[in-house]
Amino acid sequence: MAQTSIILQTKRVNAYFGKVHAIQDVSLEFRSNTVTAMIGPSGCGKSTFIRTLNRMHEEVPGARVEGEVLLDGSNIYQPGVDPVSIRRRIGMVFQKANPFPSLSIFDNVAAGLKLAGFQRRTVLQEVVERSLRQAALWDEVKDKLKAPGTSLSGGQQQRLCIARALAVSPPVLLMDEPTSALDPISTAKIEELVMELKNEVTIVIVTHNMQQAARISDHTAFFLMGEMVECDLTSRIFTKPRDSRTENYITGRFG
Amino acid sequence: MGAQELEQSSLLIPEVKSRKKRRDVHAGDRRFFWTLRAVALLILAVLIAIAVQLFLVSLPAIRHFGVGFVFSTDWNPVRNRFGAAAFVYGTVVSSVLAIAIAFPISLGVALFLNELAPRRLASAVGFLVEMLAAIPSVVYGLWGLFVVAPWLRTVFEPMMIRYFGFIPLFQGPPYGVGMFTAGVVLAIMITPTISAISREIFRAVPLSHREAALALGATRWETIRLGVLNSSRLGILGAVILGLGRALGETMAVTMVIGNRKDIALSLFAPAQTMASLLANEYAEASDDLHLSALATVGFLLFLVSFLINSLARFLVWRVESRQKEGAPR
Ligand SMILES: Nc1ncnc2c1ncn2[C@@H]1O[C@H](COP(=O)(O)OP(=O)(O)OP(=O)(O)O)[C@@H](O)[C@H]1O
Ligand SMILES: [Mg+2]
Repeated sequence: MAQTSIILQTKRVNAYFGKVHAIQDVSLEFRSNTVTAMIGPSGCGKSTFIRTLNRMHEEVPGARVEGEVLLDGSNIYQPGVDPVSIRRRIGMVFQKANPFPSLSIFDNVAAGLKLAGFQRRTVLQEVVERSLRQAALWDEVKDKLKAPGTSLSGGQQQRLCIARALAVSPPVLLMDEPTSALDPISTAKIEELVMELKNEVTIVIVTHNMQQAARISDHTAFFLMGEMVECDLTSRIFTKPRDSRTENYITGRFG
Repeated sequence: MGAQELEQSSLLIPEVKSRKKRRDVHAGDRRFFWTLRAVALLILAVLIAIAVQLFLVSLPAIRHFGVGFVFSTDWNPVRNRFGAAAFVYGTVVSSVLAIAIAFPISLGVALFLNELAPRRLASAVGFLVEMLAAIPSVVYGLWGLFVVAPWLRTVFEPMMIRYFGFIPLFQGPPYGVGMFTAGVVLAIMITPTISAISREIFRAVPLSHREAALALGATRWETIRLGVLNSSRLGILGAVILGLGRALGETMAVTMVIGNRKDIALSLFAPAQTMASLLANEYAEASDDLHLSALATVGFLLFLVSFLINSLARFLVWRVESRQKEGAPR
């Protein structure tokens, strides 16, 4: 695989919840148009880490971040950088689908655009359709765009959330266990989607499912107790990891 | 064969036992269920009994005046002529006024305390606001009469008349006591109710809704609008209904500040009368049978109006709810 440029990079990132030191000195690189999977046992800090990438971590009362996160080479934690502008460029999809319950399917997808100041109906329509197509949901909802987002099935809601995140064309998309609440068919659909989407966005995905990581990611990072143990090509992590702790985890000896 | 039988019986015994146990549990459940049902039915019975009783006492007046009772503004105990239109109007307008004033304030208070204020300040201010609900209404009445009314008469009402006098609602002399003063005092009385319930509702909005908005790049206000207010519309409607219910029936404070004039005036600054305040004013003095019956009819109307407004609001909630569910996969 041809090496692409580094779009996102962390340098010695530390994250705290009050006195709890949840993430320790994590340095990672994410290349554009790749999928990077974050794996590790529950509580090792995967969610915390990806939430430092779009400045969501600091929304938790008492939480703070140290270190640098470079998006296209510039530090998103530099004083004076507005977290709002960062979150518009780095989309996020959560474990539990969370469409806005009082908004229609259309308005859910258009929400980010409206926040960014787009008003023209024709523009919104175009982008909503494009995003729903990208999220492989268009055919299922094109006749009921005015129905509430929460009227969809769980898997459809999660794809709606993906469409909502994609609508503002973020170069990076973070996904925190996006399929852990879904049935196998919905999961397969989203996995397929992730592999297609990487042509357009860089994806960082947290998963508990190692088969999933093996199927869809180019790189895999293994986390343990707040530290990033190793990150490598997925094929290498799952065949000959360098660290014995990674090997133990992958072979199911703990975690 | 023997072995098989043995196996079967040993399989059966625990099942029988557990079935017996389950039946006991059900018996408890049933008792509980019937007790609750009896209590619920009792409440319903009381409600119906009150309605029927009121209706029976009202019958002479209803027979005498017919539907005209609701549309006539003529209330004259001396001549035995009774019409309740002015009081229905007074009740509805003063309550709507109260909601119009209290709703934005309550929402602001609730949002400030839940979303913006530091936790210490929020709990202190929240406590104070909720204490407002514990003040007896006669104290509100006194305060309205001696503080609010004079200020409205000398400062606020003249100003409104000067600048907005072209609107009929703000014409005429500033009385101090009147519909507007009642609305203001009622607004202060229902603010704790509406804001306390709104706070509960905001607190109940799942974090995931806020995070959805934040992750899309919403500012603080946009997050509140998209992730909090949007998700709690129904609940806020419920809070307003409860406030409205309280305003409709409030008696003492309103009686003290509304001016007790048995007529409909277009100006909000003119004295007026509500159904509840009429009852408080006249019930003790009514000796004539028709007068008593007319008062009972007003009570019955108050009952009906409260009932209808609550039902209407419930209907709204139900419609919004069912529209949200529309198209849901069962
Ligand atoms: N709000 C919080 N306050 C304090 N500590 C927290 C908070 N959230 C998480 N932590 C702690 O931070 C550590 C990392 O948590 P995190 O949620 O990132 O783990 P995770 O790898 O995503 O786990 P999972 O796989 O279960 O989602 C845990 O030890 C957890 O106890
Ligand atoms: Mg997690």
